Amino acid sequence: MDYFEFLDLPRNLAIDGKDLEKRFYALSRQLHPDLHSRKSPAEREQAEESTAVLNDAYRTLREPIARAEYLLKLEGFDIGEQTTKDVPPELLEEVFELNMALEEADVEQLESARQRFEGMRIELDSELEQAFARWDATRDREALTGVRGLLNRRKYITNLINKAHVPD
Amino acid sequence: MFQIEFDNDKVVGIDLGTTNSLVAWMDLTSPEVMPLVPSIVSVSPSGEIIVGDLARQELIDHPDRTIYSVKRLMGRGIADVQDELKLFPFRIADDSESIIRVQLGERTFTPPEISAFILRQLKQNAEGALGMPVTKAVITVPAYFNDAQRQATRDAGRIAGLEVLRLVNEPTAAALAYGLDKRREGIIAVYDLGGGTFDISILKLHDGIFEVLATNGDTHLGGDDIDNRLLHIALEDLQSEWGEDLSHIGEAVQTLRQEVIRAKESLSFLPGAHIDFTWHGKSYHREITRELFENLIKDIVDRTLGPCRNCMKDAGVTPEQIDEVVLVGGSTRIPMVRGAVEVLFRAKPHTELNPDEVVALGAAVQAGILSGTVENQLLLDVTPLSLGIEISGGVVSKIIHRNSTIPASASETFTTGVDGQTNVLIHVVQGERELAKDCRSLLRFDLKDIAPMPAGMPRIEVRFLIDANGILNVTARDARTGKEQSIDVTPSYGLTLEQTEAMIDAGYEHADEDLQAAQVALARVDADGILLAIDKAKRNDAWLELTDAEREVIHDAIRQLQTVYHGDDHDAIRDKIDVLNDVTHNLAENMMNTAVGGALKGTKV
Repeated sequence: MDYFEFLDLPRNLAIDGKDLEKRFYALSRQLHPDLHSRKSPAEREQAEESTAVLNDAYRTLREPIARAEYLLKLEGFDIGEQTTKDVPPELLEEVFELNMALEEADVEQLESARQRFEGMRIELDSELEQAFARWDATRDREALTGVRGLLNRRKYITNLINKAHVPD
Repeated sequence: MFQIEFDNDKVVGIDLGTTNSLVAWMDLTSPEVMPLVPSIVSVSPSGEIIVGDLARQELIDHPDRTIYSVKRLMGRGIADVQDELKLFPFRIADDSESIIRVQLGERTFTPPEISAFILRQLKQNAEGALGMPVTKAVITVPAYFNDAQRQATRDAGRIAGLEVLRLVNEPTAAALAYGLDKRREGIIAVYDLGGGTFDISILKLHDGIFEVLATNGDTHLGGDDIDNRLLHIALEDLQSEWGEDLSHIGEAVQTLRQEVIRAKESLSFLPGAHIDFTWHGKSYHREITRELFENLIKDIVDRTLGPCRNCMKDAGVTPEQIDEVVLVGGSTRIPMVRGAVEVLFRAKPHTELNPDEVVALGAAVQAGILSGTVENQLLLDVTPLSLGIEISGGVVSKIIHRNSTIPASASETFTTGVDGQTNVLIHVVQGERELAKDCRSLLRFDLKDIAPMPAGMPRIEVRFLIDANGILNVTARDARTGKEQSIDVTPSYGLTLEQTEAMIDAGYEHADEDLQAAQVALARVDADGILLAIDKAKRNDAWLELTDAEREVIHDAIRQLQTVYHGDDHDAIRDKIDVLNDVTHNLAENMMNTAVGGALKGTKV
């Protein structure tokens, strides 16, 4: 049983956080080991196991990025191996400038680079939102291919944001 | 034959603290707590175990046979405690390796065994008050305790003859005790500065569910550190005033320590206090103003603030979003600590419940949840530290992140690197650092008896489960055949399963020995009573009224009792007392009118 089935949810990329939390609390009240502590060892072990799955499911599905990666995996997309080593062509100039700024430990340059990257990430997030909606409405696998590309770019940019500091 | 079943397994809640320990339980709808027991253990020269208030005096009289703050040693290795050894009078036995052994007089004990003495005392106290056996307990641990420290605590419970139904994090227990569920929704922060540990937890309340969002802390920060600062000043004074270094004289240090603790406690409600100390005719007096005290401890208080900020960040909340702050632990009585908490969280903290008792009260509520007497409340706690495995280059690959709700699990598939390889060694660590050597080594396990195959062919799926106690369980199966894979787990710190079992058994053996010794002692008391009464009777006229034969029978019975008296068979002693009682029946009758007759009658057992 996958995480969506476990929480009785359709395999959608956009999820209502409040509704998800409600499902999590309701299932916790049924499954949690504390409520089964007077049962047989086998039943107690079952409670630990199923609550672990519930917690893992909730943790994965409530974060949009983790949720999208999980869904891609379920749909047979290989997400881990899309390397982030190759610089996307449209970012070549940006990355070059970042490396210069890092070498010179130029605080101002680094700060403005960081802000630019964060702006890009916000744009990406809104593109992701659209791609999520497209999958949810059409179940078109093309939409997932788009999601995968966006996730990879997002990961790359997140790395740049983390890098854009004067090292301690 | 009828067997009447009745519900007599009361689950108790225990706060096994660094400085004090408490036991509590649910009484109808509210928790009841017994007076605290100082976490001090002493072994008398005759081998008797002394716990609590009585042991406090032993700290001064027999510092080499007495230990306090043993919680600081739980689940730790010899290399971890080098700093502690400079400040605490722990005498570590030479044979300590991955598990520390503490020397108390002639014997050595592991930290879980010493904690078990405290737990046994609490168990007995509860049994006395409840009038029934107590075999099940919820025990609290600092939220920031790692796996080894949790295991050590559970081991201590088992050695003490308790089934540990759940380990509960102290700050979470405190939140339960405050009954803050009356507020149906909200975010609360629990700041817990105890004798030796600091925890901060941020919880979200929702209709009786207490969901921990994040936790942080320092398992070696607390009131003990403040005591040590004051102690250090006093010892330095003595060095310069008297030209004597007393820091190696256990008796002097412990007397002085109790004196600085008294001064520290006064400073929580007075602007100044003094330390008075007399030693071999010389006396020392030192005024401590609150200002000096606060300068002295400022960095200790500041050390708690970093974890608080990190915890808020991990929980994704700002100080403005926190509705309530709860203070736990004796050290939160210090005005400077309260002030710092108020500034950081911008809220006046709750202090209605006694900060020493609140954790035990919460443990009792959790015991009630587990036994079904408390309904509609549920704790969802988290693991404080990330779990990872060491991969090539000594790098850690995280498989369960910190602040994940427990139980939490992860599966990883392993394979071989060489043709025909039949085992794979895996190193599991806990912590946030990138390299395994900078994290806490948890355990190593060996996947063995893998069928020989070309490299990369075997697929062994290992499942890591952090259970609701925050303790890791590892299982493995062959992903091709689905068969269970044999696995050899070696904990890096603490007791192996076999060692724990042996100690539990030893606990039972000692319990038998103790009971046996007590029964023999009681039988001898009764024997003394009857022998003394007969001695007195011999001076009575009634003795002379007996025939020679009657007197000979009595003498024979006395000799029989004396023969078994020094043995360790209490039944034999009782038998011979009965015989003596029977043969002196006439004598007693004859003496009915005398006081001695009464005494003889009184010895009938």
